[in-house]
Amino acid sequence: MNTQLLLIQVFNGLVNGAFYALLSLGLAVIFGMLRIVNFMHGALYMLGAFAAFALGQVAGLGFWPALILAPLLVGALGMLLERGLLSRLYGLDPSYNLLLTFGLTLLTQDLVKQVMLGRFEVSSAPYTTPAALTGVVNLGFVVFPKYRLFVIALSLAVCLLTWFVIEKTRVGSVIRASTENPTVTRAFGIDVGRWVTGVFGVGVALAGLAGVLAAPIYSVEPYMGAELIITTFAVVVIGGMGSILGSVVTGFAVGVLAAVGAAVYPPIANTLVFILMALVLLFRPSGLFGLPEGAR
Amino acid sequence: MTALPFKPARTDRERLRRAAWLAGLGLLLLVLPRLIYPVLALDILAWGLFAVAFDLLFGFSGLLSFGHAAFWGTSAYVTAYLLSHGQGVPAALLGGTLSALVLAVPIGFLSVRSAGIYFSMITLAFAQMLSFLAQQWTDVTGGENGLQGFARPDLLGLDFSDAVTRYYFSLAVFAVGFLLAYRAVRSPFGQAQQAVRDNEPRAQSVGYNPLRFKFTAFLISAALAGLAGSLYTFGHGVVSLEVVNWRTSGEVVMMTLLGGTGTLFGPVIGAGLVLLLRDILTTANLPVGIVTGLVFVLVVLFFRRGVVGTVQHWTRGRPR
Repeated sequence: MNTQLLLIQVFNGLVNGAFYALLSLGLAVIFGMLRIVNFMHGALYMLGAFAAFALGQVAGLGFWPALILAPLLVGALGMLLERGLLSRLYGLDPSYNLLLTFGLTLLTQDLVKQVMLGRFEVSSAPYTTPAALTGVVNLGFVVFPKYRLFVIALSLAVCLLTWFVIEKTRVGSVIRASTENPTVTRAFGIDVGRWVTGVFGVGVALAGLAGVLAAPIYSVEPYMGAELIITTFAVVVIGGMGSILGSVVTGFAVGVLAAVGAAVYPPIANTLVFILMALVLLFRPSGLFGLPEGAR
Repeated sequence: MTALPFKPARTDRERLRRAAWLAGLGLLLLVLPRLIYPVLALDILAWGLFAVAFDLLFGFSGLLSFGHAAFWGTSAYVTAYLLSHGQGVPAALLGGTLSALVLAVPIGFLSVRSAGIYFSMITLAFAQMLSFLAQQWTDVTGGENGLQGFARPDLLGLDFSDAVTRYYFSLAVFAVGFLLAYRAVRSPFGQAQQAVRDNEPRAQSVGYNPLRFKFTAFLISAALAGLAGSLYTFGHGVVSLEVVNWRTSGEVVMMTLLGGTGTLFGPVIGAGLVLLLRDILTTANLPVGIVTGLVFVLVVLFFRRGVVGTVQHWTRGRPR
């Protein structure tokens, strides 16, 4: 394999990795703080892509407003779900959250399919990226589409910002306190329930954002989140469940490794992440960045 | 429920109740192919046994496997492969079951070390690996097309081209599998299994090795899921990629929950209800995914005891 091909694969891997990172970051925020395993994350990613299509294309708002509005809409929907449904299961085994969100996934996917059926062909509609992001960039050693570079950059920026807010700011410490010790935090006069809903909303909005970014690259269809979410779960296990840093680093790393692996031996592309996961589990069951089981 | 230091003798009433459940379920399954069309009845047997296998792990060990499609699917493919390569029905069923058992050794070894939600994610990921393998290995699995049209040679004068004959043969196999699970749960092993589920440190301090119990339970569950997958192939005559899809893993959870976890009778009834519902929806041309998704959500939110669990709760009148 020559160097140029390798570099192209690395960049393609970074694009995929950008999506893995955004999605697993959302899952990590939600799991790490609320102990909710959100199986619905893939369906919300899909809703983000549909919202971007509906707002940007059908309603004619264009890419930039959709980039802001669609994640907000998905985040708001997430907050409704948390208040209305998930909050009823707190105090029970986390398995029930997994099961509830699994049911909601089936429901959402088929609902979208029914609503979209025959209305408009989403996947074949030309999705216009804004003029500023069309075309290619010559990086000297490789020529790469501008939009994909934008995806990598934005994902990195959002991931860094999320990490910074949670680990380094006062808001982050309130969130961590609310989720780690609700009773004491409540005694300080902080409305824990509101923070929990907010955190869930933010985590879900990250999935929505990934969906918006995916809309111009992948075909927008009701089941687009189904396979992706499973890969993302594997990324989360490799990185260490609930680890913010682990989810981001592993997300990008898995994207690159899978793309490079696929160039060497194509059938391995989709399986590599699960092989990695098995290896990590064998030697470091709590994940690369996770704390050992006793420390949780 | 607080664990008692000794097991109280089972009362006659309870024994009677169990016998009634067993007789009721047996009778229902005996007349089933007269009530609904035989292939649907066959499906209920296969999925029912699958759900029982899943419940052995979830209801009695507290391990929520989200990747049981791996065992069901692998066995389904192996059974189809053996049948299409001229093997008889007993060899195909046995081969399928054994393949699931062999697969469960590494998967179980790696996954039972994790508990709770971690266990669910790990089993899910392993099942996904197999799902991708099934997609790639088209020579053996037929890829998107699946496998069909394999022979089911006669056995002891039974003509398996007749669906009703296939049903009653499958019912016999089902009964063996069900009673095995029933015995396992009521054996000292099953009691220890539940002790580990209820209070792992205490069980350990009494001298049980929790990991070994979980691993053994995993193997038994996987082998039974394999037997169920074998029956599915035998009854249906078709295997497609659907058998290793994560939806399949989710569906068996739903059947078990709807029927009642930790009850053994529940999963069979749950499987029956889900399949009948799906059949009605498909015939009426209604959106299956929306309704099953909704049922799933409602069961998790408001009906966690399931059908049999609720009945038991009312008749026993004890809080749990």
